[in-house]
Amino acid sequence: MKRQGDAVVAGDPVFRRTAAIDRQKGIGAIARITRRCFRYPWRAGLALAATVPAVMAQLSIPVILGRAVDQTVAMDRGTPDIGALVVIALTLLGVSVLRGLFTLVQNYSAESVGHALAQDLRNEIYAKVQRLPFSFHDRTHSGDLITVGMLDLEGVRMYFSTALVRTVMLTLLIGIGAWMLLTTNVILGLLALSFVPFAAWRSSAMQLKLRRTWLILQEKLGVLSQKMEENLAGIRVVRAFSAQEYEMAKFDASSREALEYSHQRIDVRVRNTSAMTLSFFAAMGLVLLFGGRQVAAGEITVGTLATFLTFMTILQMPVRQLGLMVNGYARASTCGARLFQLMDTPVEIDDSPGARELEITEGILRLDNVGFAYQGPVARPVVSGISFEARRGETIGILGAPGAGKTSLMQLLPRFYDVTEGAITIDGQDIREVTLDSVRQSVAIVQQDSFLFTTTIENNIAYASPFTDDRRIRGVADSAQLHDYVLGLPHQYSTVVGERGVSLSGGQRQRLSIARTLMTQPAVLIFDDSTAAIDAGTESRIRAALRDYAKDRVTLIVAHRLASIRNADRILFMEGGQIVERGTHEELMALGGRYKALHDLQMTPEDDVLRTEAAR
Amino acid sequence: MTRTGTSEPRDPHDDGRPRMRAVVGSSRIEEDIFGRVFDGKVVSRIWAFVDPYKRRVWIAVAAVLVFTLSQLAIPLLISYAIDFGMAPGASGGVLAGIVALFALVIAVNYAASLVQERVTGQVAENVLFDIRRKMFSHLQHVSLTFMDKTEVGRLMSRLQGDVNSMQEFLETSVQSVGDIALLIGIVAVMLWLDWQLALLVLMVLPVLLGVRVLWLARARSAFMAAHEANSITNGALAEAIHGVRAIQAMNRAGLNAELYSDLANRTYTAQLRASRLAQIMIPIVDTLTGIAMAVVVIAGGLMVVSGRIEIGAMVAFLFYIQRFFDPIRSLTMQYSVMQRAMASGHRLTEVLDVDIDVNDAPDAVALGPDDDGAVEFRNVTFGYDPDHPVLKDVSFAVASGERVALVGPTGSGKSSSISLIHRFYDVQAGAVLVGGHDVRGVTQKSLGRHIAMVLQEPYLFTGTVMGNIRYSSHWASDEDVIEAARAVGAHDFITSMPEGYDTKLDERGSNLSLGQRQLLSFARALAADARILVLDEATANIDSYTEMQIQKALQRLLEGRTGLVIAHRLATIRNADRIVVLQQGVKIEEGDHDALMAQKGLYSKLFTMNYASFDDLPSDLMHEERTLAT
Repeated sequence: MKRQGDAVVAGDPVFRRTAAIDRQKGIGAIARITRRCFRYPWRAGLALAATVPAVMAQLSIPVILGRAVDQTVAMDRGTPDIGALVVIALTLLGVSVLRGLFTLVQNYSAESVGHALAQDLRNEIYAKVQRLPFSFHDRTHSGDLITVGMLDLEGVRMYFSTALVRTVMLTLLIGIGAWMLLTTNVILGLLALSFVPFAAWRSSAMQLKLRRTWLILQEKLGVLSQKMEENLAGIRVVRAFSAQEYEMAKFDASSREALEYSHQRIDVRVRNTSAMTLSFFAAMGLVLLFGGRQVAAGEITVGTLATFLTFMTILQMPVRQLGLMVNGYARASTCGARLFQLMDTPVEIDDSPGARELEITEGILRLDNVGFAYQGPVARPVVSGISFEARRGETIGILGAPGAGKTSLMQLLPRFYDVTEGAITIDGQDIREVTLDSVRQSVAIVQQDSFLFTTTIENNIAYASPFTDDRRIRGVADSAQLHDYVLGLPHQYSTVVGERGVSLSGGQRQRLSIARTLMTQPAVLIFDDSTAAIDAGTESRIRAALRDYAKDRVTLIVAHRLASIRNADRILFMEGGQIVERGTHEELMALGGRYKALHDLQMTPEDDVLRTEAAR
Repeated sequence: MTRTGTSEPRDPHDDGRPRMRAVVGSSRIEEDIFGRVFDGKVVSRIWAFVDPYKRRVWIAVAAVLVFTLSQLAIPLLISYAIDFGMAPGASGGVLAGIVALFALVIAVNYAASLVQERVTGQVAENVLFDIRRKMFSHLQHVSLTFMDKTEVGRLMSRLQGDVNSMQEFLETSVQSVGDIALLIGIVAVMLWLDWQLALLVLMVLPVLLGVRVLWLARARSAFMAAHEANSITNGALAEAIHGVRAIQAMNRAGLNAELYSDLANRTYTAQLRASRLAQIMIPIVDTLTGIAMAVVVIAGGLMVVSGRIEIGAMVAFLFYIQRFFDPIRSLTMQYSVMQRAMASGHRLTEVLDVDIDVNDAPDAVALGPDDDGAVEFRNVTFGYDPDHPVLKDVSFAVASGERVALVGPTGSGKSSSISLIHRFYDVQAGAVLVGGHDVRGVTQKSLGRHIAMVLQEPYLFTGTVMGNIRYSSHWASDEDVIEAARAVGAHDFITSMPEGYDTKLDERGSNLSLGQRQLLSFARALAADARILVLDEATANIDSYTEMQIQKALQRLLEGRTGLVIAHRLATIRNADRIVVLQQGVKIEEGDHDALMAQKGLYSKLFTMNYASFDDLPSDLMHEERTLAT
């Protein structure tokens, strides 16, 4: 839950995209991704194996072309052998076809490893995220988690094809190519390869720099989007204050900052790619000059020169892509580190070893000296020394000022958090000793802020028990005073609600959230301030409809409106995380303490209270 | 639950057992991604944004042409070097000369590529930011009726997605000028070197084009399917993250994981298919290149032997062939980019074309501090749809300094009335007067300075507490802001936060309670220091403590100002000087509390029923009232 009124709780920065990743972790992530890639040994092996024939075919093309030129020159000088020329041409064609086919096999197998890896990781991340307890989600920004699941996943997926396979391919291509050239002609070979170190360096430096600026740019664009989105969502405030100029100034400041980084990116890219091209052509010029002299001197043939030049053109693209490879590693190491960080996060609230199902017999809920503190630098208890018991059919009302610890206490019952002191038992079984599933089935809670899923109303109502029938859905909707409203909607129970559907008012959302809880048969039912947006009349009708339902379970009601809990079997008044008053309405009125004061406050017209305040 | 009736056809797979009502994520209704390849109107609208950079665009085009020429020259120079510089017995000077020329050409190539890429990149970015700015600034003024019925998400996808696909288009446009130039250049040079050999080689061209066109249609649908499957799966993950508390409370994690794995599997299949289609082009292009090279080797070789061409020309041909396929690839890609851009461009112009209903009149005057705070409705009739007025011939006046409460059931026209005071909309008949002036005759800016508004839902922006209270009232000093916060009773909770007034608020101020947000929005209105305060009271139940604070703040806020309040709370209503009761767009009662109670009309009825909020009327009573009114 959001700790209302508390100091701003900054999200856990671990999952931020700009968070620094330490080197050791990055290397560990790479090793782990690599191991995972070989969980698909056939495809991974095929991708790596196919690089060898693909590279060999690639490298033979310049050699064959050189032969063709030499053969032509020889024929020109008087030994016409058309057969030889045809053989060379057909070899060229054959090798080209092979190059294409093996490259296809290599790329496709490599990508399919990535896709398979991504599929497995997706399922693991999804399951993990759903299992991690509330405390984890309290300290982690949902946006950060979503980017781990989308962008970091992408970074890891691309690792095999852009980094690993490319490394093998480039090593073979440059290594064998260099050996071939150098064994043919040392000086010319060195000249032809002279652009490689420079281009490799520029390309890597560029990609790393581009990645850094990309991350910053994304952040700036994120800020810009947030400003625009806030402005559009709050357009009435903007209009009310005639603040258009002010808003445009905010937009411009953000926009200009983002634009500056976009320009910087262009600059980095342009400067480096142009320099790489220049180095390549310069090396070619040198080969042409020195090679030409050797040809003129008769030391090498024109065909050999052509081989060198073609080889350079073939090598050009892969060398320029060295940067992509370096970037592939950089990206996989940071993305992987974040992703594994998430997957390795321990699930603090889980079944204890050998846990059995919770067995409901008499339906008695007992809290024994329960205390709870949120984890954090200052673990200050929000709830302490809470003890009470409730039996099947009883209703307990809980009151208190904001921050008194009511919601925190309620969240302990379904084990959203674990108590830090004391114990909660249901029919004598500590809820930490039985399976989590059975606890959640036995304790249902209607939360303050109810999340609706983007699907139909019926699917939302049936969320907790998807295998239900229409009659029951209609029944619980009726009890929650929602049925009439639903019938007025264009598609009735098939109307899509939620983020991308019809938007419901606060009261309608709360009623839907009550309805979906009524689909379950818990031993303990909690209403956590879940009728605040429902008017008093409707609320009392809901209560009436629930009378029978409440007979089979313990009902806990947290509310601000006294009428909501006036008829409870017991009322607990909380202050500072403790129960300070308890008893029935009559007993508490007789006590003349805080409950009575609150009662008087709510029942007197407010202006009289104000007058008394002012008089003091 | 549309299938409740017995007469409806039954699901053929329905075996009598209840079906499962569970999905994760939601399938999205994608908008048209591809439009026509060329839409003159859209292009001319977008071109208007390029216009300010026209000079730079011409520079870029010139640089592209120079770049292309230098690219073309390089294989030619190599062939000259072979033919003239390396022939047995050729002087070293010729070779050196050609290499010097080569050096010159690559220097030009370098410079041209620097200029071309930088200028196109920058112009594309600038145009993009200009388009976004223009759209955003337009949205600041468009009619609120449009904003009311348009989802923010939809507008954001215009401002982000559609603007980005324009960027892709702009950047690749200049590139495709280069591609076309290169392609034409290569064909021309080859024809010039030897037209017969060139024609032989160029025979692969139509084959390649044909294959690509066939391929494109299938590949595109595969890419789209992969993209869509991926975003649906990502949407389901986002849902699981946002709704994790509900999921755990309702124990759905297990089933959800199963459903999700279906989605992940579908994505996997779609992406594999897309990969397959993307990679299949590689052997095809390689085979065609092989054919072209084989043709050059055999035919070219024979031509060299027959003395028709020099060996250098043959080498040049081999080089050109390898450069030949790149422009064709990017040009066919450009086709999809253009289609996408036209669809996006169309949607962008739609936003730019949304009407601005409310404009300053040419002779509008500015309301000044000397104008008083009187408000008057004179026979006002207004409807968002003129055929269905929500206010019918409403008249009432609020004297400067007076406090008037507007009450009435939902749909009675209260909110519309206060929107008219600020001229969010224009009336269809009658007039709204502020400070004695018709609101249509004053500048909107001065009207905003004259009126402060508190909306029903407190809306805060990310930023500090200080910045939120000051908001656009740049004239308010830090002391003024603190004074305003103190006056509404927000000072204490603000200073109790570790960073006080510099505390950063989360999105929409979600790190504050509703009551605290309310108080901040009061302070914001107070800091604006306007003559008239218009307030739409919150309906939500807040705990009694906060409630009392808010009531006190309200008193302080209205001190010395004209107050017009849409009231729900009895206390607020009873503190008003006068009460105006609206029902279904008609003013039915007016007077102070005692007078209205004596009238025994709708007001007295509402009051005696003692509903916490006048908006939450049970439907039976509403019905009764409706029959009474007609």
